[in-house]
Amino acid sequence: MAKGGEVKLIGGWPSPFVMRPRIALNLKGLEYEFLEEKFGAKSELLLRSNPVHKKIPVLLHADRPVCESLVIVQYIDEAWPSSGPSILPSDPYDRATARFWAAYIDEKWFPSMSGIARAQGEEAKKAAIDLVVEGLSLLEDAFGKISKGKPFFGGDTIGFLDIALGCFLGWVRVTERTQGLKLLDQAKVPGLAKWAERFCADSAVKGVMPETEKLAEFAKLIMAKFGAPPPQ
Amino acid sequence: MAEEVKLFKTLSSPFALRVDWALRLKGIQYESVLEDLSDKSDLLLQNNPVYKKVPVLLHNGQSISESLIILEYIEETWKQDPLLPQDPYARARARFWAKFGDDKVLPSLWTAFISEGKEQEAALAEASENLQKLEGELNGKKFFGGDNIGYLDIALGWLANLITVLEEISSLKLVDGERFPLLLAWMKEFSDVPLIKDCWPPHDKLIPRFIAHRQVYRMKPSST
Repeated sequence: MAKGGEVKLIGGWPSPFVMRPRIALNLKGLEYEFLEEKFGAKSELLLRSNPVHKKIPVLLHADRPVCESLVIVQYIDEAWPSSGPSILPSDPYDRATARFWAAYIDEKWFPSMSGIARAQGEEAKKAAIDLVVEGLSLLEDAFGKISKGKPFFGGDTIGFLDIALGCFLGWVRVTERTQGLKLLDQAKVPGLAKWAERFCADSAVKGVMPETEKLAEFAKLIMAKFGAPPPQ
Repeated sequence: MAEEVKLFKTLSSPFALRVDWALRLKGIQYESVLEDLSDKSDLLLQNNPVYKKVPVLLHNGQSISESLIILEYIEETWKQDPLLPQDPYARARARFWAKFGDDKVLPSLWTAFISEGKEQEAALAEASENLQKLEGELNGKKFFGGDNIGYLDIALGWLANLITVLEEISSLKLVDGERFPLLLAWMKEFSDVPLIKDCWPPHDKLIPRFIAHRQVYRMKPSST
């Protein structure tokens, strides 16, 4: 176990954003206490630790809170520089590229995914799906350029951009199942399709990626309770 | 050392201004390329194919987009006059608040500026709440960065620049001294820093541009 004081993570098993710091902590070989929030009722600790957004994940390192999933991942990389592999690449341009695509995923691509479930009517649904597929095509291209033939965006090991995108794979599979789609199509996005399998099989990911079945049930519960897809 | 550093920008883009500030703070020689967003240059489209927006930094043939990402790139490439603190926790806080500025403060102020009636009232209330959080974060410091300006001051500097413009056009009081004394003081300190002052876009040039921006947004079908 790496030195550095007590590490806790406030989160929930279905959240892809919570998965990000969990993968990062696993990559660094760091032990932490997972404080699972009950869905629909925010704990005192969460409200105190993230008063601005009141959202998960929140990392508590020696009781000091760090919020926002990608900020947390970068913090983990910087606070434990000699534990495990580097999460961000070392070259400034490669770092900028990783950050760029991570921001694209959060600001454009993942919201477009939620758009599919929200779309009303055949035409709207088709348009929503087209948007996601377009995004995947961009990401496929990016994967080719960035990985340079290696298994991950980060090269030989999982890195920042792998984490940023890979955390959504559970929800991609749920969407594929509930909508009867093939998004990670071997024919259309061969690089990403194979990457996805490698990512999910990785030891840093396996234990924290929820089973598609369990996630699909959770999604149904949310739809039933709130009449809307899970919040971002 | 002949290094090619080019910044694609517009006069009114607060995001491009951040990059100007960062480059100047580090004493980097660069060329500005002013873009006309209604007629974007081929070079801009080539270098930012995903968003087709400014700012774009071109460094020795490699292009970097998205202003906060450009700031981190500048920080990591030119190590003199650091913009971010050394301590990982302080860095995480700076990044958190910069993101808060872009994700919450700016959109709420912008909505308050372009909307009318009930929508404007709601946006103003939200903007005030967001500004209150920034006020709290200043907490007696001269700058968000401490004694000197840093990453977070640059990331939030658009406030110092645009608030007076938006207030003048809309006749709204967005940042008043009663509710936000620290923020107002910071805005003045920030705009008085010599290298910030040196590239301050002229107020009288910004006014017509933002009036035009507001027109465009008011004409769009409601979406946000």
